Amino acid sequence: MSAPSLPDLAGHFGRYGGRFVPEALVRALDELDAAYRSAKTDPVFQAEFESLLVNYAGVPSLLYRAERLSAAVGAEILLKREDLNHTGAHKVRNVLGQALLAKRMGKPRVIAETGAGQHGVASATAAALLDLECVVYMGETDTERQALNVARMRMLGATVIPVTNGSRTLKDALNEALRDWVASVDSTHYLLGTAAGPHPFPEIVRDFVGGIGIEARAQCFELTGRLPDAVAACVGGGSNAIGIFHAFVPDESVELYGFEAGGDGVETGRHAASITGGSSGVLHGARTYVLQDDDGQTVESHSISAGLDYPGVGPEHAWLHDTGRATYEPVTDAEAMAAFHLLCRTEGIIPAIESAHALAGAARIAPRLRAELGRTPTIVVNLSGRGDKDVHTAGAYFGILDPVETIVPGEQE
Amino acid sequence: MSIADVFAKAKAENRSVLIGCMPAGFPTVEDSIASMIAMHEAGCDVIEVELPYSDPVMDGPVIQKASDIALAAGVRTRDTLKIIEAVARTGAPVVLMTYWNPIEKYGVNAFARDLAAAGATGMITPDLIPDEAAEWIAASDEHRIDRTFLVSPSSTDERIAMTVAQCRGFVYATALMGVTGARTSVSSQAPELVDRVRHADPHMPVGVGLGVGNGAQAAEVAGFADGVIVGSALIRSVLEAPDRATGLSRLRTLSAELAEGVRNPRN
Ligand SMILES: Cc1ncc(COP(=O)(O)O)c(C=O)c1O
Repeated sequence: MSAPSLPDLAGHFGRYGGRFVPEALVRALDELDAAYRSAKTDPVFQAEFESLLVNYAGVPSLLYRAERLSAAVGAEILLKREDLNHTGAHKVRNVLGQALLAKRMGKPRVIAETGAGQHGVASATAAALLDLECVVYMGETDTERQALNVARMRMLGATVIPVTNGSRTLKDALNEALRDWVASVDSTHYLLGTAAGPHPFPEIVRDFVGGIGIEARAQCFELTGRLPDAVAACVGGGSNAIGIFHAFVPDESVELYGFEAGGDGVETGRHAASITGGSSGVLHGARTYVLQDDDGQTVESHSISAGLDYPGVGPEHAWLHDTGRATYEPVTDAEAMAAFHLLCRTEGIIPAIESAHALAGAARIAPRLRAELGRTPTIVVNLSGRGDKDVHTAGAYFGILDPVETIVPGEQE
Repeated sequence: MSIADVFAKAKAENRSVLIGCMPAGFPTVEDSIASMIAMHEAGCDVIEVELPYSDPVMDGPVIQKASDIALAAGVRTRDTLKIIEAVARTGAPVVLMTYWNPIEKYGVNAFARDLAAAGATGMITPDLIPDEAAEWIAASDEHRIDRTFLVSPSSTDERIAMTVAQCRGFVYATALMGVTGARTSVSSQAPELVDRVRHADPHMPVGVGLGVGNGAQAAEVAGFADGVIVGSALIRSVLEAPDRATGLSRLRTLSAELAEGVRNPRN
């Protein structure tokens, strides 16, 4: 079942992955592939990456036994605290790796796509640190919804280009980044933000974020003396999920659960659940699961979580789904927000709404696992990011953004 | 007429083939048929019908906009087949340009069958490289659809040879590193790319696209290529026209200018 040798040399995970790109990009992808192969076995590169992760990003992140949350959901919940990394999410691992790779390839400019702005901010961060020019494509709709992140990117020295084509969201930003890249490959590295896109991106991103699972596996042994019963992560493009899954794939006793954004519910059609609510197709350079209509036109996704609001998913997840090694389920906005609230109140941790999908999923599978195993199950949950960026959305959702009432002195309790 | 015959005839006349592109269903199904017939009457030797797609990564703003308009008006894959049928019936050689996902969704073999039945002679696949095309190669062989893959200035000689070997009809040489859209001058990379293709296969006709927008540029490209592919400039004449009649008349004028260009190759 384990397949450390995937993808194959052409980037296929079974029938998924590969390269569905204009010929103009093939040479750049081949160069990237070659540069990555040599970096992968170069101790100097690996040491530099490791040093940035440890000394700059604050890795390894903690594996934290969340006791009050555990009691509330009826399972031993271990949180992989990627929210404590610099920039507040797992994404810093990927951007540091790719920015180093860009340097190694002698490319002075990086471009990135971003939805909510998290990957854009992470890219701008790595570019500032490593002295690279950075251009971020962001759907115009998203630049309006996420004005603070636009300001963050600019503060870090990046140029933000609002994309006005198509649905003006993440998928259009990705299209525009690809168009830029076709015209600028000589000087530019495309710093793709998730484990999707044409080969070799799914493999490169997986490897750069793969430390999450390697650390969590060792930390779980240390904490509990054994492997977990299940690992849970949210799935947008799939980077944090593949990052925590990969090290556990050979451990057959460990169930892998990916939770997609169910939006208003998969049955309503308003969701971002590419695997559980989509079908096999080709989007953004790879064959994978896609939200599409009967004609193969991409359908817009919907989720309260901007980071999960994407109509595709990385090809390795499509493969893990088809082989049955991992299980994917949708989590609705409402379920995710209930879990968001629960984590705030039981542990004093405000999670990213993306990560709240994984928490909700873990709470859902806990009784099932308990029945299966006849004991309290241990579930490692990837807390992929912190919720500071989501305070506005969550505040509006819970109706707590009303102006604070003037407190008259003396009337306080 | 097959694409090979079109190129052979043009060669005998010492000129290049003019290939004009228009998205299916832009701005409506009927209007796009009228545009394509007008283009053919005014001098486009081959009509390249583009299947509108939600995520056209090889296309610049003009084709994106036209595709969005067609999709918003509700054009479906089966409408594109109907449009091809209507245009091919007038005797115009038709090739389809399409991103891959709509074909995969339709069913590759079924699509090749229906495309052939509609009267198209070939298909251009901007985001399908031969490396991923086993199913398409089998289906297009079975239903005798010519295959046009793209080569680019960044392609290695090995990839050019491999790609040209999988083409039938003609190969599409993208003149520059970039997306579709008219440019003020013809890319200096184009002649060298055409030379490299000829080195790989002296007999395969080469169409050059990306950036050609007027008669002078068409004449320049005709000086070194077998085919001149024009999209955005033609589409813009419809997109920017105040009304349909003006659009059609501008389309005819530009088609005639381009046709004049390919008949006066500048060496
Ligand atoms: C905190 C967090 N988690 C998860 C995601 C989803 O991306 P992926 O599925 O690639 O991990 C995002 C994307 O913005 C994010 O910010």
